[in-house]
Amino acid sequence: MTERVRRRRGPLRLLGRRSAPRVPTATTSGSTRVQVTGVRVERAGRPVLDQVDLAIRAGELHALLGPNGAGKSTLLAAVSGDLPLAAGTVEVDGRPLAEWSAVELAMRRAVLTQSSALSFPFAVVEVVRMGRVPWAGRPEEAHDDAVVAETMRRCDVIRFAARPFPSLSGGEQARAALARVLAQQTGVLLLDEPTAALDLHHQELVMRIARDRADAGDAVVVVLHDLALAGAYADRITLLADGRVRAAGPPDAVLTAPLLSEVYRHDIEVVPHPDTRLPLVVPRRRGPARNVPLTEE
Amino acid sequence: MTATDTRPATGDTGDGRDRRRPVRRGPVLLAGLTAGLLLVALIAAGRGQVAVAPAEVLGSVLHRLGLDLGPRPAAPHGESALWLVRFPRVALAAVVGAALGCAGAVMQGVFGNPLAEPGIIGVSAGAAVGAALAIVTGVTVLGGWTVPAAAFAGGLATAWLVYLLARSGGRTEVVTLVLTGVAVNAVAGAAIGLLMFVADESGVQAIAFWNLGSLAQANWSAVSLAAPCLAVGLLATLADARRLDLLALGERSARHLGVDVERLRTRMIVVTALLGAAAVAFTGIISFVGLVVPHLVRMVAGPGHRLLLPASALGGAIVVIVADLAARTLVDYQELPLGVLSAIVGGPAFLWLLRRTRDRAGGWA
Ligand SMILES: Nc1ncnc2c1ncn2[C@@H]1O[C@H](COP(=O)(O)OP(=O)(O)OP(=O)(O)O)[C@@H](O)[C@H]1O
Ligand SMILES: [Mg+2]
Repeated sequence: MTERVRRRRGPLRLLGRRSAPRVPTATTSGSTRVQVTGVRVERAGRPVLDQVDLAIRAGELHALLGPNGAGKSTLLAAVSGDLPLAAGTVEVDGRPLAEWSAVELAMRRAVLTQSSALSFPFAVVEVVRMGRVPWAGRPEEAHDDAVVAETMRRCDVIRFAARPFPSLSGGEQARAALARVLAQQTGVLLLDEPTAALDLHHQELVMRIARDRADAGDAVVVVLHDLALAGAYADRITLLADGRVRAAGPPDAVLTAPLLSEVYRHDIEVVPHPDTRLPLVVPRRRGPARNVPLTEE
Repeated sequence: MTATDTRPATGDTGDGRDRRRPVRRGPVLLAGLTAGLLLVALIAAGRGQVAVAPAEVLGSVLHRLGLDLGPRPAAPHGESALWLVRFPRVALAAVVGAALGCAGAVMQGVFGNPLAEPGIIGVSAGAAVGAALAIVTGVTVLGGWTVPAAAFAGGLATAWLVYLLARSGGRTEVVTLVLTGVAVNAVAGAAIGLLMFVADESGVQAIAFWNLGSLAQANWSAVSLAAPCLAVGLLATLADARRLDLLALGERSARHLGVDVERLRTRMIVVTALLGAAAVAFTGIISFVGLVVPHLVRMVAGPGHRLLLPASALGGAIVVIVADLAARTLVDYQELPLGVLSAIVGGPAFLWLLRRTRDRAGGWA
């Protein structure tokens, strides 16, 4: 917003005239695409993020966890350049955010926001096609149709292609919004709770897509509330609490019962799945014996 | 920089070169509207105290163009009635209607709200204050351009003000927008009233004309001043059509897709003020055209701005020509104020839209 530099001055500035955008070059797996260092963000005069470090690497699926209000969406907004930083830096491909133009950033990172409203009833296919706009007028534009069709297929929204976006159910809208973000074909994907509105099948489908994009060399950040989902798919987990990084590391190191119980203020068990050994994270609940219906005396 | 990018890229993306979008209805709709516009113009030019048949109207135009085709007006003074009175009036109606339709569509896109319109949010009233101010003070520094320039300045200031007041958190709530419009219109109305109070007799008449909205003073010089404003405004909005589409996703998502939202917004507000000034400077306030026309177009052609903008311009032109025809022919030897007529039809349409929007949003929060 306000912290973004105005590189061009004079009357042509308003017309948006500028030099040709710098197109992203190929990156090697493991290289850092986004580096967040010592970031502090204040909202309404109150710090909601402080001293946050985060490295988003090519080829990695990075899960961002934390209770409601921990600052996950705020962190993604700061990384996307939507919020001014009170302290710290965010670098994309080695340069501070302010040194990139809006188009140059749009060629590098795509963002799925937590809510996706639409002011006018565009058809789903038109919405997905909006994801191709950063590449308009470039050689990549030749793939527009193929990319749009492929992302709609993967997100299972082909059936709704011609329907107005607002007429879809919540989960269907979420998948259509994800399809738009994927169609942008950027090396960095920032997904804020892509699975929140989805049924079990589509949750797995979406995490599979994120996993495949990471395996193909993209840097993927996914905000999740389902800790088992994070344990099953993520390479790396950052756990936020009260605006600070509480823990960061591979799933085994972060998904531990004492840590999660403390951060989520709930008694939590972590048990390995009998076959796959993947962590199952379950809140400790009363057994069924104590849940007998009241009618049964 | 790769070796392959030879095409000069303009800053923001979206240059409207997307050939495969499902807008096959587009050309048909635009052709239909253009044909409708020509037809309505021919009929409207022929009607009035000196009646001229549409074929004779066409013949007269063709003869002027050097083509010896069709009948010429048979009525006495038919030729001069057409060229001195009717044609400039119909042409100005078309320009004003196109400007209003286009301005409405752009505003709705920028506010992300289907109820934004120059009349409702007060841009027209602001432009009228500017114009009235120029008349009362008798300033003529810019010659014939003085009144349109003053209208533009008034419209621009009001548009900015409403924009700043009605937005919070990157969105505009319908309630806030409409209520802001109520307040702005009230203040502008009071300012016009005050100007009428201090103005002399001729000034009072001239200002009263703005409040009612009328094409009675149309002449070729008005057309020649309003048309360039429309042309510039229309071209500027068409160049940003794709970016306006992206705004429907909300400002954040539009920015994530490479749109420089602040610049786009500034450009579009300037353009809306220009279009509003083109409409208001010579005819006064004609409400609701910019509201109803884009809405109808959206129902037929969908919300994509590349079609919505030109179709709304054509539709607006048709509506104002027809409305003006009705205003001057419904009552013999009398002329109804056009602004009054448009409000009689547009007001209920606005109410209907308001209710629909509320139903869809599940009530005002
Ligand atoms: N516009 C705002 N003004 C003031 N405070 C805000 C604003 N937006 C968010 N906050 C506060 O910032 C903190 C972090 O919010 P954020 O949206 O980042 O949480 P989150 O981790 O994404 O939570 P959730 O899991 O509920 O999505 C919260 O305490 C929230 O109340
Ligand atoms: Mg959140």
